Amino acid sequence: MLEKALRGSRGYGIWVAFLLLLVAVGFFFYLRQLDYGLGITGMSRDVSWGLYIAQFTFLVGIAASAVMLVLPYYLHDFKAFGKITILGEFLAVSAVTMCITFVFVDLGRPDRAVNLLLYPSPRSVLFWDVIVLSGYLLLNIVTGWTVLESDKKGVPPPAWVKPLIVLSIPWAVSIHTVTAFIYSGLPGRGFWLTAIMAPRFLASAFASGPALLILLCLILRRFGRFDAGDKAIQTLAKIVTYALATSIFFVLAELFTVFYSQIPGHMHHLTYLFAGLNGHHTIARWMAVSAATAVAALVLLIIPRARKNESLLALACVGVFLSLWIEKGLGLVVTGFVPSPMETITDYTPTGPETAITIGVWALGLMLITLLYKIFVSVRNEE
Amino acid sequence: MAPTRREFLKIAGFSAVGLALPFLPSLAFDQAGTPTAGSSSPAVQGPLPALKAKRWAMTVEPRKCRPDCTDCIAACHLEHNVPDFRNPKDDIHWISLEKVEHVFPAETHPRLPESITKLPVPVLCNHCENPPCVRVCPTQATFKRADGIVMMDYHRCIGCRFCMAACPYGSRSMNWRDPRPFVRKINPAFPTRTKGVVEKCNFCEERLARGILPACVIACKDKALAFGDQEDPRSDVRLILDKCLSLRRRPELGTGPRVYYIL
Repeated sequence: MLEKALRGSRGYGIWVAFLLLLVAVGFFFYLRQLDYGLGITGMSRDVSWGLYIAQFTFLVGIAASAVMLVLPYYLHDFKAFGKITILGEFLAVSAVTMCITFVFVDLGRPDRAVNLLLYPSPRSVLFWDVIVLSGYLLLNIVTGWTVLESDKKGVPPPAWVKPLIVLSIPWAVSIHTVTAFIYSGLPGRGFWLTAIMAPRFLASAFASGPALLILLCLILRRFGRFDAGDKAIQTLAKIVTYALATSIFFVLAELFTVFYSQIPGHMHHLTYLFAGLNGHHTIARWMAVSAATAVAALVLLIIPRARKNESLLALACVGVFLSLWIEKGLGLVVTGFVPSPMETITDYTPTGPETAITIGVWALGLMLITLLYKIFVSVRNEE
Repeated sequence: MAPTRREFLKIAGFSAVGLALPFLPSLAFDQAGTPTAGSSSPAVQGPLPALKAKRWAMTVEPRKCRPDCTDCIAACHLEHNVPDFRNPKDDIHWISLEKVEHVFPAETHPRLPESITKLPVPVLCNHCENPPCVRVCPTQATFKRADGIVMMDYHRCIGCRFCMAACPYGSRSMNWRDPRPFVRKINPAFPTRTKGVVEKCNFCEERLARGILPACVIACKDKALAFGDQEDPRSDVRLILDKCLSLRRRPELGTGPRVYYIL
């Protein structure tokens, strides 16, 4: 089936070439980072994780959201999703690949990455994250590919694949839970030290992931000669609506606990995030955009007539994705470090090379999505 | 297979002790603390017995510090080849001097006298009894020894910086770039680091193995720093801890810091 990714229209070729160019630019700057060290990024002693780890965190959510297709179809026999479960699984494959790449480019000594396996450390959450992420990647490659191959041959999928698909459901929950535990298990960082971190991660994941899937389905309908079906898209839209509402509710619950209890160590972080602290306002401005976009998108999604209008739905989905990307892909990681344990405020601004590398990894993921979706559409259109 | 660095150090340590013992059966213990100029050069690497303890600890008495004195930092950073980047972004330090309000925010209030608020408070790795950095390290590159010292294996660290996020004290530094050009004078007796690994105070374990007290403790002419076994009632730290109220940084987190402050 792989050969199907090689043939396509002129537009497809240009798009893939464009992504390849971005990957190449990112790779060039990664080589410079290898040479100079991570000092080429905006990270510092105080803010020691930045854009890379934030993208990783956000993308784990996108990967986990495949379960929102797999679960209704395989456990509840919701037929409308039958056509697109593979799209969810392929999206998960691309997202996990990006996650692993982001963790890799964030390593100070990537040449020693294999130490993670040579010296397994069951007390480290990061060790478990590596395990669950690679397991999830494998599960989705195997199940997505096998089901598509059976489709191509016009036979039902082999019996052994069903247990793997069912296993991928709790596994999806586990990847985002373990990723949340990376943060919520640290004693000294008040911003992350909250039991609602994992539920919040899952809620925002089930909003941002399906929102991206809706956008991809709409793109496929326009450019890819593939129609996911109105029922599937509208059901996804409802999932996004509920998940977004839950996500906003969780954030509000967090805000209440922190600002009503008024414990300074917890308050400072959220003040920095939403209002700015001692004249440091950059992140707060981004968060204002995030909050406004989330509320606007929620309004659009809640009104049935707006949700059923394809253009407005697309707009709402872009809003959901953007809002949650700012929240998790920018705010969440950096704010945990500000103020520092010494109560100093160090601003973090990604550098040019860091941004280029980040875009390069995203382009790599988008290319994977493009190639996998191309294969999918070609197989489906042959039937 | 070649021995790992950790095994090698262990063997080297035992050999040094083994060599020293037959020749110096009755060496006075207090000589161990004698400051010798360039005590790290091989020539004066006195064959002293290694200093041992059940639980190493340090006491800090900032009231004894002279204003603007940075001897402890200078001695530590020279001993351990800590680079000086002269900018906060790349900054690496093992000890630094901070204000009381930053070290003990919970104890700070507007009525503290200036004699307290102006004090320079040396901060370093607390060598926690229950260290979060060790818990989170995915490769066991940072680990706790039997005598309580929290160590780094610079040859195993992958530079993921999970430990930096986990440390509630900001005690850890990352080598964001090659540190070697920024080490003023390289001490050949201690390894330099490569770019991409995390480092921190090691309670001068390399000196303890040679029977010498930590560099900062020796460098402090005002005796504001004391070092010893907190399980030994006759140790320097116990003599101080046993008679007054001592504070530890963020004790509510349950990390069990072993650097005690007397203010």
